[in-house]
Amino acid sequence: MDFKEYSVGESDTEEEAEFRQEVRDFLDKQLTPDVLEKIHQERDHYYEGRPHVREFSRKLGAKGWLVPHWPEEYGGLGRSLAHRRIIIEELSSRGAPVGGGIGTSIVGPVIMLHATEEQKREFLPKIARGEMELSLGYSEPNAGTDLASLEMRAVSDGDDYVINGQKIYSTGAHEATHHWLAARTSVDAPKHRGISLFIVNLASPGVTVRPLWTMAGERTNEVFYDDVRVPKKNRIGEENQGWSYLREALGFERMALSGMVNVRRIVDELIQYAKETEHNGKPLAKDPIVRQSLAQLAIESSIRRLFGHRTSWLMSKGIVPDVAAAIAKVWGNELDQRVGNAGMQILGLYSQLEPDSKWTPLRGSVEHLYRFAVHLSYGGGSHELMRSLIATRCMGLPREPRV
Amino acid sequence: MDFDLNEEQEMLKTMARDFLSKECPKSLVREMVKDERGYPPELWRKMAELGWLGLIFPKKYGGLGGSFLDLAVLLEEMGRACLPGPFFSTVILSGLFILNAGTEQQKRELLTKVADGEVILTLALTEPSARYDAASVEVEAIGDDNDYIISGTKLFIPDAHIADYMICIARTNKGTVLEDGITAFLVDSRSPGINCTVLKTIAGDKLCEIIFNRVRVPRKNIVGELAQAWAPLENTLQQAALVKCAEMVGGAQQVLEMSADYAKERMVFGRPLGSFPVIHHYIANMVMDVDGCRFLTYEAAWKLSESLPCTMEIAMAKAWTSDAYRRVTALGQQIFGGVGFIEDHDMPLYFRRAKAAEVTLGDGNLHRELVARQLGL
Repeated sequence: MDFKEYSVGESDTEEEAEFRQEVRDFLDKQLTPDVLEKIHQERDHYYEGRPHVREFSRKLGAKGWLVPHWPEEYGGLGRSLAHRRIIIEELSSRGAPVGGGIGTSIVGPVIMLHATEEQKREFLPKIARGEMELSLGYSEPNAGTDLASLEMRAVSDGDDYVINGQKIYSTGAHEATHHWLAARTSVDAPKHRGISLFIVNLASPGVTVRPLWTMAGERTNEVFYDDVRVPKKNRIGEENQGWSYLREALGFERMALSGMVNVRRIVDELIQYAKETEHNGKPLAKDPIVRQSLAQLAIESSIRRLFGHRTSWLMSKGIVPDVAAAIAKVWGNELDQRVGNAGMQILGLYSQLEPDSKWTPLRGSVEHLYRFAVHLSYGGGSHELMRSLIATRCMGLPREPRV
Repeated sequence: MDFDLNEEQEMLKTMARDFLSKECPKSLVREMVKDERGYPPELWRKMAELGWLGLIFPKKYGGLGGSFLDLAVLLEEMGRACLPGPFFSTVILSGLFILNAGTEQQKRELLTKVADGEVILTLALTEPSARYDAASVEVEAIGDDNDYIISGTKLFIPDAHIADYMICIARTNKGTVLEDGITAFLVDSRSPGINCTVLKTIAGDKLCEIIFNRVRVPRKNIVGELAQAWAPLENTLQQAALVKCAEMVGGAQQVLEMSADYAKERMVFGRPLGSFPVIHHYIANMVMDVDGCRFLTYEAAWKLSESLPCTMEIAMAKAWTSDAYRRVTALGQQIFGGVGFIEDHDMPLYFRRAKAAEVTLGDGNLHRELVARQLGL
């Protein structure tokens, strides 16, 4: 066993160190305080759109830095995952978003595994450059956790499919260029065997995107398809085999989701707050209940860190970490909720303040986390399904009989 | 990062599991709860032959020179098997204290005997205040020529009734700094003035009350240095807490496996109990608890093996494992239902031990407080 965690740069080879320097030089020029300020505003305030975040992501994409580990012919740099890690480290240390997203972490890997060579050459470089931005078109009003019940129809018609129906919770669809869409291509087959996956240009005639505002203040969308024609060359993988690719895509999504909130940073901020805040001349940090609560959150954050390391370690050995990723997701996202709640309890009356007041503690980040984290225990795979997955695949329990 | 055991550790694990399943069946565990001594000397001798009693001691003291990671692997299997007897009191509490505090000569003499299985030791630290801090050491040792005279009551002392010697932690002077003035004495258990009573406990551990009534101990029996015992003792308690975690991980893993196996076989409403989602969720929670305990424990054991600072990591491991092992056994009880409530079943062995291990060497609240201090709160 070896739990060594390298500090930033410590494990770099000579070539990686040079690359890191190149990244630093680039960020010195491109990530000016002015740009960073705008990016932070888009992140901290509840947005309609994120033009500066997207523009910066495209700048990274133009350098091949969203996916340096992809082959060159597909828009990468043909370099190692270590290079992507270096980029993420350098961006994170400056408080910048790491770039990429659904395209690079979910859709790209599925295309890599199941698309034709022609499709790979068409779509992957655009994703790599950040030009093709994707939104997920999975859930429908009558198909959420039971995703295979989706009803959106795609009917073959010459060189196209004609698609009709409605998607919901397509976050980012109002900004994205394309939809990563699951639709039913066969109504006769069992529900898991009649689904296909498509890349749909959201500017196509017949597509309507309407906003839904979440409790977290962020926008998600309903997307309506009304006789939308999608060329057959935009179907990824075999017709009616989409469910098997979707399961992989959901696995990639889970891995991305488990680390979505930098919860340890918020715990550290709460610790700092407790040290600095006095009640009746006594620091909050001396309150035994506060001490117990913060210690517990620090312990649970450590477990989250270790679960994340296990997932990465399995991937580095070429093992698909399905159970480990499910554990990391369930644990990490439920911890996000616990940190939100415990943080609110520590902040007391102040906890309810939104960011625009001079009285607001910690820029309102805890209040926002408390509202935001609610959806994480069902988004990207409900935790009920995740727990059944853990029990059946890790301990061999029988599945629930299908009805 | 590497979450795999190395080849030698895998061998140790397999060997320990095979050996204990043969030599330490549950029938023996139950017999030992009722047995007056609480351990089978034959098994103790075999463990000495395997080198287990000296696994963690350096070779020059008769040990195998193993690491805390190796020790964790072994303890996990002992926890799984509910191994009865004085391993923890002799090898861990006393052996590690001697290693941390003893003079070169004491280490050579005593640790070699421990490793060979020739001597049973215990650490007499806790008192009726039932705390592990320096302020709670009130038993006094007063100098008298070449001797010290010890008086007072020690409580919850494991295996004292069978120990050849006990390491008695006593106060030799009462200064303002409570950590100063604490001394460790190697006391022959047959000394006049010692009265030992075995207490009945939830897990059948043989914890004792020891009354020291003017017990005379020669000055040369001081372990390490006069009045300097607290620092090595604190170090020992940390190491012991971590080793206890490894033992608990093994018990929790066994409960998880037993519960999953039962859920697969038990039929209810015409299908396996384990096909109901609510049981999936119980099992998944147990998996996450067991993995969480194991990773915290092994990360701390790795740091200890690498001589890296790990005070916070050990406190985190004991805080979490204390609660998680209890939760795992409670869910196991729920899955087994009535059959797990019957004393002859294996579940009560683990349910009882989880609670005993939780309160031993500091529970969740105490260790969270230690974490809070490490966080600078």
